[in-house]
Amino acid sequence: MTTTGHEVDNYPFGAATKLELNPRYAEVRRGEGLLRVRMPFGGEAWLATRHEDIKFVLADPRFSRAATVGKDVPRTLPVGSPGSTLLDMDPPEHSRLRRIATKAFTTRRVEQLRPGIQANVDELLDRMVESGQPADLAASLAWPLPITVICNLLGVPYTDRGSFRTWTDTALGLAADQYDEILSARQHLSEYIAGLIAQRRVQPTDDLLGALVVARDNEDRLSEAEMVQLGMTLLIAGHETTASQIGNFVYTLLSQPGYWAQLVADPQIVPAAVEELLRWVPLGASGGAGGVRIATEDVELGGQTVRAGEAVAVVVASGNRDDKVFDHPDEIDFFREHNTHVAFGHGAHHCLGAPLARMELQLVIATLVRRIPTLRLAVAAEEVPWRAQRVTRGVLALPVSW
Amino acid sequence: MEIKVNEELCCGSGLCVVNADQVFDQREEDGIVILLTSDPAPELQDAVPTAAAVCPTSAIKLVE
Repeated sequence: MTTTGHEVDNYPFGAATKLELNPRYAEVRRGEGLLRVRMPFGGEAWLATRHEDIKFVLADPRFSRAATVGKDVPRTLPVGSPGSTLLDMDPPEHSRLRRIATKAFTTRRVEQLRPGIQANVDELLDRMVESGQPADLAASLAWPLPITVICNLLGVPYTDRGSFRTWTDTALGLAADQYDEILSARQHLSEYIAGLIAQRRVQPTDDLLGALVVARDNEDRLSEAEMVQLGMTLLIAGHETTASQIGNFVYTLLSQPGYWAQLVADPQIVPAAVEELLRWVPLGASGGAGGVRIATEDVELGGQTVRAGEAVAVVVASGNRDDKVFDHPDEIDFFREHNTHVAFGHGAHHCLGAPLARMELQLVIATLVRRIPTLRLAVAAEEVPWRAQRVTRGVLALPVSW
Repeated sequence: MEIKVNEELCCGSGLCVVNADQVFDQREEDGIVILLTSDPAPELQDAVPTAAAVCPTSAIKLVE
């Protein structure tokens, strides 16, 4: 059944393959811009594909995340919003909760982490090089680095990484038949964080989990459920996305001719290159990964009307290729000016960890360029294996030699 | 150029600091924006509008 008499596209447009962006997005951007789609779960929604519309939806308070909680809203994820998480809240409750964590991610604080993160990168590279080639850069560097950093920050034991990495991977599944596993994985993560919190009630710590406990017990700034969910969010988002992007970025640099050489010749451009890769690489397997927003009243958007109660999903990867904003948008150009990408989102939910993610990505790429300038793929690009049916795209392994 | 910042809207992203650290800082306890000067030097004429433009919550307003 259609609402407008137009045919309704099924969404996603197709399975995500490697880092290829479905050509339908460019068609839609040039055409309707805001497209009516049928989501895999929960019915129909609007899909925002243009940069301008995406920023509008993410920033305008009439589009609510809180309104999705406990409802069977249109969505790409099998399991709905858990509630009590940052992403499921609107200001002012959202601001109250977020500000408990922002202290750890200020520009100044993250800058103080630089020497430690550099040391982590160097140590991991020492081991990778020592073990000889070919090496799996995903296992040697892309996963261990962000896990090490977030474990240090939160106070999560590094030795537990096998467990929480598996739970995270399961929790980010997209297939309908993974429903029970996803719930179970979330439960495991929740119990795990609750256990670490319980330890801190006996023995306070000065890590970020310890700070959350103080905010709860001494200052009553958040509920028990909010505290556990916040710990989970920081752990999941703090390792999975960065690890995926390290693999995605190095794959991109090594699989397309010329880009690695540019960085080796001029390492000063690494920060700009990281921004360009953030723009170009589609991290999400599809839009709506951050959840849909529900309009709380009728809103004019992209020349159409979104009615109160309707759902809107955004596709940041599409916005990042919008030729109204970016010249030659499908090309990687490290010298692009005014790179106003939305890879970290926009509005109040703009990625909390962005400064840390940028620091890690910059240090990893810069160190690889400097220490292993002859880095190359050890297999043909087509042979690199990719994850399937997950919220984010990423390699399963990245065989390299040098 | 006069600058106004809205602390309520601010999400603590620090992008303003990255672009114009002589004009913006972040509160230590929660990362919310601190305006260091509401009347910045002329050589910051480009950096400040950039900071305002990249702010995720449009918490920085410029008044000419």
